[in-house]
Amino acid sequence: MPGFRLAFGFTLLYVSLIILLPLAALIARPWEHGLHGFVAAVFAPRTLAALKLSFTAAALAALANVALGLAIAWALTRYEFPFRRTVDALVDLPFALPTAVAGIALASLYGPNGWIGGALANLGLKVAYTPTGVFVALLAVGLPFVVRSVQPVLEDLDAAWEEAARTLGAGPLQIAWRIMAPALAPALLTGFAMAFARGAGEYGSVIFIAGNMPGVSEIAPLVIVGKLEQYDYAGAAAVGGAMLIVSLLVLVAVNAAQVAFSRRGER
Amino acid sequence: MIGALPRRPVSGSGPIILLTVALVWLALVIGAPMATVFAQAFAKGADAFLDAFKDPDAWAAIRLTLLMAAIAVPVNAAFGLAAAWSLAKFDFKGKSLLLTLIDLPLSMSPVVSGLVWVLLFGARGWFGPLLEAGGVKIVFAVPGIVLGTILVTVPLIARELIPLMAAQGTDEELAATTLGAGGWTVLRRVTLPNVRWALLHGVLLCNARAMGEFGAVSVLSGHIRGLTETLPLHVEAVYNEYDFVGAFACASLLAGLAIVTLVAKTALERAGRVAAIKGSAA
Repeated sequence: MPGFRLAFGFTLLYVSLIILLPLAALIARPWEHGLHGFVAAVFAPRTLAALKLSFTAAALAALANVALGLAIAWALTRYEFPFRRTVDALVDLPFALPTAVAGIALASLYGPNGWIGGALANLGLKVAYTPTGVFVALLAVGLPFVVRSVQPVLEDLDAAWEEAARTLGAGPLQIAWRIMAPALAPALLTGFAMAFARGAGEYGSVIFIAGNMPGVSEIAPLVIVGKLEQYDYAGAAAVGGAMLIVSLLVLVAVNAAQVAFSRRGER
Repeated sequence: MIGALPRRPVSGSGPIILLTVALVWLALVIGAPMATVFAQAFAKGADAFLDAFKDPDAWAAIRLTLLMAAIAVPVNAAFGLAAAWSLAKFDFKGKSLLLTLIDLPLSMSPVVSGLVWVLLFGARGWFGPLLEAGGVKIVFAVPGIVLGTILVTVPLIARELIPLMAAQGTDEELAATTLGAGGWTVLRRVTLPNVRWALLHGVLLCNARAMGEFGAVSVLSGHIRGLTETLPLHVEAVYNEYDFVGAFACASLLAGLAIVTLVAKTALERAGRVAAIKGSAA
């Protein structure tokens, strides 16, 4: 096989310049004012509140998306209905739609004069410019991750397993719990993790609807933007590094859970 | 093996409830925001819609957005091919580390993808003073926006190519080499035709993300009207001036881009499936 040197050399150079060098700055710069500076930046009440909001809203939205994404993937793989292919293609829209566009659309939709916001206001509910707005925005962001990781598994799931269980006298609940759940769990976990990681760092679709009140509805990426505006590079790097570490830890935990699942499946 | 269940027409209360929940939810989280964009863009008629594009800053933003895609897509396509060639066709130590690094931007907040370049090239960045002495501006200028866009879109083409090229193995390339073909000929005549659908798929995703990127670009742009604003940043600026028709008019262009991307992607996936079936029949 020819071309290894050239291809590998280019790959290594590109990864070093575009990914490793920036990553090195993100790892090195939070410590400019010592450990104390890092702790002061990350554990300041305003930053902590923002981190908590970003990660809690992302986790809740990813959980909701696991349930609704499974329902959508199920409907798309098991039922025949008009415009099924169009609906299937539309699931990917949040991947393709620029986040700023989604952001202003959601803010207008859920604002006091919006189609949904107006109806909710009559019920005394407020979504736009509250922490709930962050959660609502992340519902759209994470949905395709769950649908697209579960859908292929559902399509490949051999009906023989379900048939065998039914013949042996299993009820629908037993089939769901003993046959479907173990097969779908790894894909649902992957979908959850990807929706969570994306949601925790999401910026464009959230800032328009969130209201951005410090300590209440301000998300973590916005704290980074604020610190950069004050030329507090070390503080911005500390918050950015902390966000990346939490996201990576969740991904590692999910990988470990999947390994455990597949081992249990082998037994 | 009796294979997957065939799709059934919906009957019975359980399936009807499930399908209704699924469709209503999609209409709420995807349909309604999309409809809002176009409804707001035309809220005051077609003339008001067109007025948004009389602003020369809007055109500057459109040009800059096209430039971002024109740089990020070919650069990341070249990288994707090189990375897939070395990762999928050869064995070496540290492969999984390299794969992890390539995927890393997917778990980074777009704002962090912008922040890292400020840490390097900003006024107080590692190379900031050096750049200032040389009179070169990266952050709050077009080169910074390019770097942010590239970092965010790095994995998109590579991730499409690596698994496919690994699955295809090296048989066909080795056969071509044995018959005397050089490296570039093998790439052009054997590998590229084999991966063309996946490559196009990656290019589409990379293009959509490059044109629509907001967080990374927002940190690096400096928001100078007519100079360093991409179309998504222009949308934000106009929206924040309470010119909602103008903001949604520009946003409708980006929403149109998203729809075109989805249609092209669906067509590509169908073409890829047909090609795969023909290939396995041959």
